[in-house]
Amino acid sequence: MNHSISLTVNGARRDFVLDDPRVTLLDLLRERLHLTGTKKGCDRGQCGACTILVDGKRINSCLALAISHDGADILTIEGVARGDQLHPVQAAFIAHDGFQCGFCTPGQIMSAIGMLSEAQAGNDPERIRECMSGNLCRCGAYAGIVDAVLDAQAGMDESTQRRSA
Amino acid sequence: MKQFDYVRPATVSEAVAAAAQPGAVYLAAGTNLLDLMKGGVSRPDRLVDVTHLDGLDRIERLADGGIRIGALVSNADLAHDADFAKSYPAVAEALLSGASAQLRNAASVGGNLLQRTRCAYFYDTASRCNKREAGSGCDARDGENRTHAVLGWSENCIATHPSDFCVPLVALDAIVEIEGPNGRREIALDELHRLPGDTPERESALEPGDLIVAVRLPPAARGFAAHARYLKVRDRTSYAFAVVSAAAALRIENGKIMEARLALGGVAAKPWRARAAEDVLKDVAPTVDAFQEAASRALADAKPSGDNAFKIELARRIVVRALSLAAAGTPARIPALPASPFASTSGAIHA
Repeated sequence: MNHSISLTVNGARRDFVLDDPRVTLLDLLRERLHLTGTKKGCDRGQCGACTILVDGKRINSCLALAISHDGADILTIEGVARGDQLHPVQAAFIAHDGFQCGFCTPGQIMSAIGMLSEAQAGNDPERIRECMSGNLCRCGAYAGIVDAVLDAQAGMDESTQRRSA
Repeated sequence: MKQFDYVRPATVSEAVAAAAQPGAVYLAAGTNLLDLMKGGVSRPDRLVDVTHLDGLDRIERLADGGIRIGALVSNADLAHDADFAKSYPAVAEALLSGASAQLRNAASVGGNLLQRTRCAYFYDTASRCNKREAGSGCDARDGENRTHAVLGWSENCIATHPSDFCVPLVALDAIVEIEGPNGRREIALDELHRLPGDTPERESALEPGDLIVAVRLPPAARGFAAHARYLKVRDRTSYAFAVVSAAAALRIENGKIMEARLALGGVAAKPWRARAAEDVLKDVAPTVDAFQEAASRALADAKPSGDNAFKIELARRIVVRALSLAAAGTPARIPALPASPFASTSGAIHA
């Protein structure tokens, strides 16, 4: 039986006919839309490489059935930059060497973007480490990742102050 | 993953009807179910998707002073609800000590209650497991079992229930609201999960088609807000299941404990309410001696199920420390490392 769903992916509405209900959001993004920035690491919700934002919240796309997310608004790593202008979190990862091989990086960046909007960690490195614990980095670039998130948080704080000044 | 039929009912009663047939299971976020299906551990014929049902994602303050949490409220939304976290701090701390931020954003309240054990032999379809396949045997008995049960286990199954959330909930007398083929009923959370006995494949009191629609905390649960903690020892400090955990909640007046609540996690096939320990803490001063007596009572019936005798002594110490932390007072803010004995913020004792 075919199922029709529609999603908004990086701002554009996309309609799909699913001939198999087993397709995850991760596989839909990678195989149907060829948005391969979202990585398949463990495919079991343990590594965080597949992190995307669904309706503004970070989740593991490997453990989400596409069919159950009809109508959802999805943001992937391909949708965070504005043309050539990197998202502040992307720029911070480059500035602080927040990666080595790069495989976990899209998930790290999407998780960091989600974390900053959750506003639970502030500028406390210990809270950032805790709030980012769902993203594994086998190269061990954690120190640079925490520095990048702290930098992005500081940038957000500054722009908030500028707006309120 | 085995093929399945997918249905998305429009109402709770349609969902119950669709799920009453053999082989049907409910799908909420799927953070545990999809993992189990990918591994061939769960092989449902039909998924009944309840995520689009109206009215199950609300947190309601009840007129009597209780609270009603819809089964589809996410773990993260509940933990970060400021009023909820203030009134039931040990529950919020337990939620935030579980899984990862991504999983907490997706995972639902009802799904958390019904998540399956993380026993490695349950997950490995090449192993014998009485829970996965009734009567096949239990490879955990002679296997890697250092994290397995020390209370309430049987020769047929030594698995533990993995939920953190359920531990303070059971201590606070949470009630589960269920919609089933015969209408609405409610049971104590303490009666939702079953001990294995001879039928480890039967994990809960739910019947086919039963849908958890809400969890309720009675008015008295608020009375412990000033002295309530969840403490969890794990093999790594974040994003790991409990080796042993404890929820401790005290009502202290004029230097005496009026009422104590205590439950343990990671020790049995259900969240383990320690009523005998609570009884010895009534009308006494909150001293380490009293807490040690309570810990001794809580683990009186414990016995190792394998290479896990250490968990019994660990559980006693976690009980003493959780009670000590609760007596010291709920911190103004949940520590950076929720429920960790290594947390560096207020109330914690450094190891």
